[in-house]
Amino acid sequence: MTKIATRDAYGKALVELGEKNPNVIVLDADLSKSTKTADFAKTYPDRFFDMGISEANMIGTAAGLATAGKIPFVSTFALFGTLRVGDQIRNSICYPNLNVKIAVTHSGLTLGEDGASHQAVEDISMMRAIPNMTVIVPADAEETRQVIHAAAEYDGPVYIRLGRPAVPVVFDKNYKFEIGKGVVVNEGADVTVIAMGVMLSPAIEAAKELEKEGISVRVINMPTIKPIDKDIIIKAAQETKGIVTAEEHNIYGGLGSAVAEVVTESVPTVVKRVGVEDTFGESGKPNELLEKYGLTKEHIIEKVKEIIK
Amino acid sequence: MAFDEQTLASLKETANTIRKDIVKMVAEASSGHPGGSLSAADILTVLYFNEMNIDPNNPQDPNRDRFVLSKGHASPVLYGALAEKGFFPKEELMTFRKINSRLQGHPSKKSLPGVEMSTGSLGQGLSVANGMALAGKLDNRDYRVYVLLGDGEIQEGMIWEAAMSAAHYKLDNLTAFLDYNHLQIDGRVEDVMNPAPVDEKFRAFGWHVIIIDGHDMNQISDAIQEAKSIKGKPTMIIANTIKGKGVSFMENQVGWHGTAPNAEQLAQALEELNGVKQND
Ligand SMILES: Cc1ncc(C[n+]2csc(CCOP(=O)(O)OP(=O)(O)O)c2C)c(N)n1
Ligand SMILES: [Mg+2]
Repeated sequence: MTKIATRDAYGKALVELGEKNPNVIVLDADLSKSTKTADFAKTYPDRFFDMGISEANMIGTAAGLATAGKIPFVSTFALFGTLRVGDQIRNSICYPNLNVKIAVTHSGLTLGEDGASHQAVEDISMMRAIPNMTVIVPADAEETRQVIHAAAEYDGPVYIRLGRPAVPVVFDKNYKFEIGKGVVVNEGADVTVIAMGVMLSPAIEAAKELEKEGISVRVINMPTIKPIDKDIIIKAAQETKGIVTAEEHNIYGGLGSAVAEVVTESVPTVVKRVGVEDTFGESGKPNELLEKYGLTKEHIIEKVKEIIK
Repeated sequence: MAFDEQTLASLKETANTIRKDIVKMVAEASSGHPGGSLSAADILTVLYFNEMNIDPNNPQDPNRDRFVLSKGHASPVLYGALAEKGFFPKEELMTFRKINSRLQGHPSKKSLPGVEMSTGSLGQGLSVANGMALAGKLDNRDYRVYVLLGDGEIQEGMIWEAAMSAAHYKLDNLTAFLDYNHLQIDGRVEDVMNPAPVDEKFRAFGWHVIIIDGHDMNQISDAIQEAKSIKGKPTMIIANTIKGKGVSFMENQVGWHGTAPNAEQLAQALEELNGVKQND
């Protein structure tokens, strides 16, 4: 199985984008080697600005660039690109509805050894709560490539959440990403699993395993958390017995919450959430952390079975 | 006042032990930040083994001096000092950055005694130190507060907000160190986002400023004593340092900011550090 980190795919996509669109500007805050904006910096040095360790300043500068028709992509770790700069994003980007793309890496627990101080598991909740913000979490390399191009074409603030470790390649060139659309990646009739980001692969594996036990699981990849694809959720609520959500994020305010909001207002359906249960993470290897904090295939299977019985 | 020969030799030996622990810890974890830990080893040694009033048996003593490692990624140097001082068993150093360890990648106040503040998100420690210093004034306690900042870290705007407040509230019980090693992650600080002239900036913000060689134990200690004698303003000790100090192949190399040595590199680093004579 091929594995590629979504941040690596981001670095490549940025270079493609830089060639296609001279208005694309990239800003980073002293993490360009980690976020992979370094490739863009090397290829288009005149359109790359290292802001040093000053994330708030970076967000404000991006807002200014956007007022003049530029398309700034700003990158740093997820924590410093969201929680560190919440007001700046809200008041300088989203309120004036400026065309800034915040593409962050090292999100969630899988950032690993740096520990809780660096593990953003609250970012989606926060970004989702700001009007005008679009929130996207790509699951693999191909999806990331398409998301970056789509974000550049879309006029308005977009938050793109990327990861540090290599993750399985799920999609090929035939895949079509569209902002605001979920995608059924496995047909099923008993229970639906809706997953985002690094949790998509475990969700697919869980479905395969449950199939052997005679449980038919629909798996939906939900790359856009906002605006969320209501139709695909409502359809799942009508056609299957319940929904399990899987996200590398706090269960408060993320994908699970977004899905629950949709079904409670339309087709009340049981929704069980696999995610970080309102706690800080810690240092460790990505897989150890996913295991310890309840974010594996097994945890998804368990929740599906709770719905079946 | 210069240290007598014996004290100086003992401090140098302690710093060297901490340096060895830093490279061992980071190598064992295959993860962590050796460069900025090694550059601060001499400063922490003087603070923890000559200056600060702290007691590992009474880590919550309200009168203790405080140290805030604002550049939290240099956790190995703090852990090395705390273990050597007796805050926790030295064996625990080898659990650094592993799951279920108290030695988190960045210092966690809740998990380890002796850690005065959880840090890791850069730029926040000076404000916290200000708060500790303010509390000391409010409570009429004569403890002192120390904080270590990185030269990349001071690019954060919050540092300058804190610099303004520390002078405004005349926090003369606060002493900050700047680990001026001229490197951050993306390159030299001068190339990424030049903070210079740092001395003039802090002076203009109302601080007393002292510039020293951050690897000279006597200069570090003298600067601390000078800071204690200054009334009505905080002191910034600009410590000129070498990132990776003590391990030849790490010195002044930007690539050793956050890279772990492999087994061979570890062996070489330890060989060099073992060869250091304490009376040079
Ligand atoms: C707010 C924030 N932004 C970014 C980072 C990532 N980061 C960790 S260390 C570092 C460079 C620090 O450079 P410097 O302050 O010079 O430290 P030193 O050279 O002493 O290691 C960066 C950007 C962080 N920890 N916190
Ligand atoms: Mg530095």
